[in-house]
Amino acid sequence: MSEDLIIPSISSSVNKITISDTSKTGFGYNPAVGPSSNEITEDTSSILINKRTISLTPHSSNSILDRNLNKKVNEISLSSLSFLFCEIVNWCHKNSKGIQDLENRLNGLGYQIGQKFLELVKIREGVKYSKRETKIVEILQFIHSSMWKSMFGKIANELEKSQDLNNEYMIIDNLPIVSKFINVPKEYGNLNCSAFIAGIIEGALDSAGFFANVSAHSIPKDDNPLRTVFLIKFDESVILKEELRYT
Amino acid sequence: MIVYSVYILNKAGGLVYQNDINPGLNRLSANDYLVLAGTLHGVHAITSRFSHSMKIEQNEINMNNNSNILSTGKSLNPNTNRTGLQSIETDHFNLYIQQTLTGIKFIIITSPLKTTPMSRGQLNNELDLVNYLFRQIYILYGDYVSKDPFQASDMPIKNQLFDTKLRELVNQ
Repeated sequence: MSEDLIIPSISSSVNKITISDTSKTGFGYNPAVGPSSNEITEDTSSILINKRTISLTPHSSNSILDRNLNKKVNEISLSSLSFLFCEIVNWCHKNSKGIQDLENRLNGLGYQIGQKFLELVKIREGVKYSKRETKIVEILQFIHSSMWKSMFGKIANELEKSQDLNNEYMIIDNLPIVSKFINVPKEYGNLNCSAFIAGIIEGALDSAGFFANVSAHSIPKDDNPLRTVFLIKFDESVILKEELRYT
Repeated sequence: MIVYSVYILNKAGGLVYQNDINPGLNRLSANDYLVLAGTLHGVHAITSRFSHSMKIEQNEINMNNNSNILSTGKSLNPNTNRTGLQSIETDHFNLYIQQTLTGIKFIIITSPLKTTPMSRGQLNNELDLVNYLFRQIYILYGDYVSKDPFQASDMPIKNQLFDTKLRELVNQ
């Protein structure tokens, strides 16, 4: 028998495929070639090293996902934020069945922000300084100062522990920025639109492993009519964990 | 100058806000206030027609305003009340009418000046002060009324925050 192997006929043009003539938009998976199209070879690696950014999709070069996370965020207009938040409240209000439902919806919207924002603040703090908080007081201090600062440009006014209940903590803000211009009519009872911020806190705490329920209550003082208390009720398991570990 | 009252009329001439900040005027019945508001609105509309080219002028003012805002990025005097009734002066009170681009009217009632024959300087000072007040009230309106999700446009304004801020502004 002849030793000749049967080689499937490959046209010479396919053999000579180089990285430059695969696609004009850059890299990417080529279904005609298979997994090898994504492989890093000598050719591709040199391109990868020399080129600083490679756009995977034609229009992504300016998208928010491509910007540097560590960059300082620009300040935004309070008016635009207020109008946007006003519409958010309106939209939730339109869909809701009652005051409690409205608060829950606002809380839910904030929750998703909190989950992501915790991550972002941690990255911005830098690997050197940031660590994972394992104590309740530490995570609360982090939210009260670092996170509050990057969200609202100031730290929250007070951080307190409830005297009666072991699992209750309070973060107090004299003037929550999103509801600065919101006047809740009397017929809405004790609705507080800062439920949105409460949601952010809850999202951040939950994804940090401190399961909690957070609610916003307005407790006005003479000189601060919009003073808001964020009541944080930790889950039993969190308190138990803390006791086992640190006492 | 003491500011007695601040009223706000919507673009149809309805009284949407009334705040008698300092006592000094007799109280009228609720209906009379509505009639007063409607009458002022009507008189303002009619007097603005005295000027023969009012329609074109108003359009031109608006267009100039808009192009100026776009090119310079700075806001101009928000008062667009150029051709209508601007003030009523009596021995017991002065009443000033100012109108925004969107047709909302702010009415400010103040005490009259002490000296009856007013010199030009005094009159100008008074007008400057009223203009300043109007700007500040408009800012408060923009912040606390139009950014409030529970406030429908052209509806009566019941807003405690706005009340207190207005009181602070006027009594400062």
